Amino acid sequence: MSITLYLPKDAASLALGADRVARALTRAAQARGLDVELVRTGSRGMLWLEPLLEVATPEGRIAYGPVRPGDIESLLDAGLAEGGAHRLRIGRPEEHPYLARQQRLTFGRCGIIDPASVEDYRAHGGYRGLEAALAAGPAGTVEAVKASGLRGRGGAGFPTGIKWNTVMLAQAPQKYVVCNADEGDSGTFADRMLMEGDPLTLIEGMTIAAVAVGATRGYIYCRSEYPHAFAALETAIAAAERAGFLGADVMGSGRAFHLEVRLGAGAYICGEETSLLESLEGKRGIVRAKPPIPALKGLFGQPTLVNNVLSFAAVPWILEHGGPAYAAYGMGRSLGTLPIQLAGNVKRGGLIETAFGLSLREVIEDFGGGTGSGRPLRAVQVGGPLGAYFPDTLLDTPLDYEAFAAKKGLLGHGGIVVFDDTVDLARQARFAFEFCAAESCGKCTPCRIGAVRGMETIDKVLAGESPRENLALVTDLCEVMTDGSLCAMGGLTPVPVMSALTHFPEDFSGRGAKLPLAAE
Amino acid sequence: MPSHEHARGASREPWDAGRAAGIIAEHAHREGATLPILHALQETFGYVDGEAVPLIADALNLSRAEIHGCLTFYHDFRAEPAGRHTVKLCRAEACQAVGADALHEDVLRRYDVAWHGTTRDGRVTVEPVFCLGLCACGPAALVDGEPVGRLDLDTLADALTERAA
Repeated sequence: MSITLYLPKDAASLALGADRVARALTRAAQARGLDVELVRTGSRGMLWLEPLLEVATPEGRIAYGPVRPGDIESLLDAGLAEGGAHRLRIGRPEEHPYLARQQRLTFGRCGIIDPASVEDYRAHGGYRGLEAALAAGPAGTVEAVKASGLRGRGGAGFPTGIKWNTVMLAQAPQKYVVCNADEGDSGTFADRMLMEGDPLTLIEGMTIAAVAVGATRGYIYCRSEYPHAFAALETAIAAAERAGFLGADVMGSGRAFHLEVRLGAGAYICGEETSLLESLEGKRGIVRAKPPIPALKGLFGQPTLVNNVLSFAAVPWILEHGGPAYAAYGMGRSLGTLPIQLAGNVKRGGLIETAFGLSLREVIEDFGGGTGSGRPLRAVQVGGPLGAYFPDTLLDTPLDYEAFAAKKGLLGHGGIVVFDDTVDLARQARFAFEFCAAESCGKCTPCRIGAVRGMETIDKVLAGESPRENLALVTDLCEVMTDGSLCAMGGLTPVPVMSALTHFPEDFSGRGAKLPLAAE
Repeated sequence: MPSHEHARGASREPWDAGRAAGIIAEHAHREGATLPILHALQETFGYVDGEAVPLIADALNLSRAEIHGCLTFYHDFRAEPAGRHTVKLCRAEACQAVGADALHEDVLRRYDVAWHGTTRDGRVTVEPVFCLGLCACGPAALVDGEPVGRLDLDTLADALTERAA
């Protein structure tokens, strides 16, 4: 009898030893003469349980985790093939409270299917969105995206349907669809998980976009820090081409869409869309002034639709089920679901896709189980390196674009990084400047010079040198950077700095050079 | 498995201008070919030799300044070969939250190397990286392109041994 087992091969599972588990499993199965089919999937996103091994049984899949290579013999002894009892058995994964409480629209297939298989993708509802889009036509497709209320998931939150409409109406011999897969924000990994675990959802979303706006060429700009995502995308694009879902005649529609994945080269600024376009054109990633907006004058000067991975990936579900069905999730003007990434010092980190509106506390305490170290939580950074540090008293803020803006924070790409009480917020504020200095493209002065001066001034504060005067200088500098920078890099670096200063002033009291502030 | 520059240093070819010209010609027809060319050269030779700059500029009809600008703007591209193994340590916030800063000090001391530096025996180059998307299982690293989570000195040494095998 053949046993079908599932084991993730996304970068996080590999980082936790999934390949070693696979080798141990293959060896043990051979020794016992078992006929095992091992399907390598993406991750379900319960990262403290990785590597999570699942077995197909008549009652559905049964999961075990976290599995170490040394557990394989005892798992087989316990009747792994039938889903037998074992101390690592967690039962049906979809019934695990962490997953049962989620609304997985975008990540519905991630961790379940073979990411390289178009057949598996279709068997799980794949390409129904593209079918619907081809039937609805460009205007009908854009209408559905507008009705969904989808806002750009990369961080800016711009209404996706309006952007699509602008590119659709633009007249040009060549239009482009570009996916921003330069997920550089610390604490975020949803793009990576999707690209590695269900890349065809992104590819389908981009194909729908191309058909809607009239683009025949597309690029995915994937950061080089994600070699496994890059490889998974190349494999999936080739598979989609072979199956007729990409290329000269998409699904027999007579429309062409050629998609290529390009590799970034380690510049955080290339996550900014105009800098990304410069990089795709083969230049330094220097930010462009807007206007003109990329929707009208983007890649090689042509109308270009630039969206984040998660924005494109939300689209197949929206087209299949209709815009209003998506808009039924969420709150206020934040509609649909947000893939939240819970990370840092937390007991149960992972991917949590739910409707907008959960509070930070619900996410960190109910899903996350508090800090990983067991020490009291002191600060939470939401939205990447340009996001605010919130103290415990702000944990009841709901995850909603406007609610975060009202607290001088930002939701960004939905990453939440938890810190325990050992964190030093003055050091974190200094790091925000240091990061900006390292990653600034250098085009505008407030960002290029401001970041360096900010770092130096915080060093003076920490050395006890006129702390009050120097903190006033930092505050003033932050105002200049906010108002005078060309893009979000310089414009938002003050967010982590000022939130640290506002909510944790006690950390800036000039204790002398207590901490080694290692500069790069 | 990763097909680009993270692959093992030991398999690199020595710099060869003729071979480089061939690689450049393979990619020159692509839209915005500069980055794909630089990646391909680095994958082959382990770094991008200064001699490549005029070759690329000629092939793409760009100025040498434009190619030099690209080569030096992006953190990934190296002007000289790295050690036999490359360790990229994540210095971003999620890893900081689980003690990465202290760990990195230990790593640099243990291997007697500075950021971007190579151990004296040429075995290991240590580089900083800002986020590997392994933020719920940090401290994180890429060792020759292979991810390692919950990193400490022992798991790093194990990963290096495994890569050398």
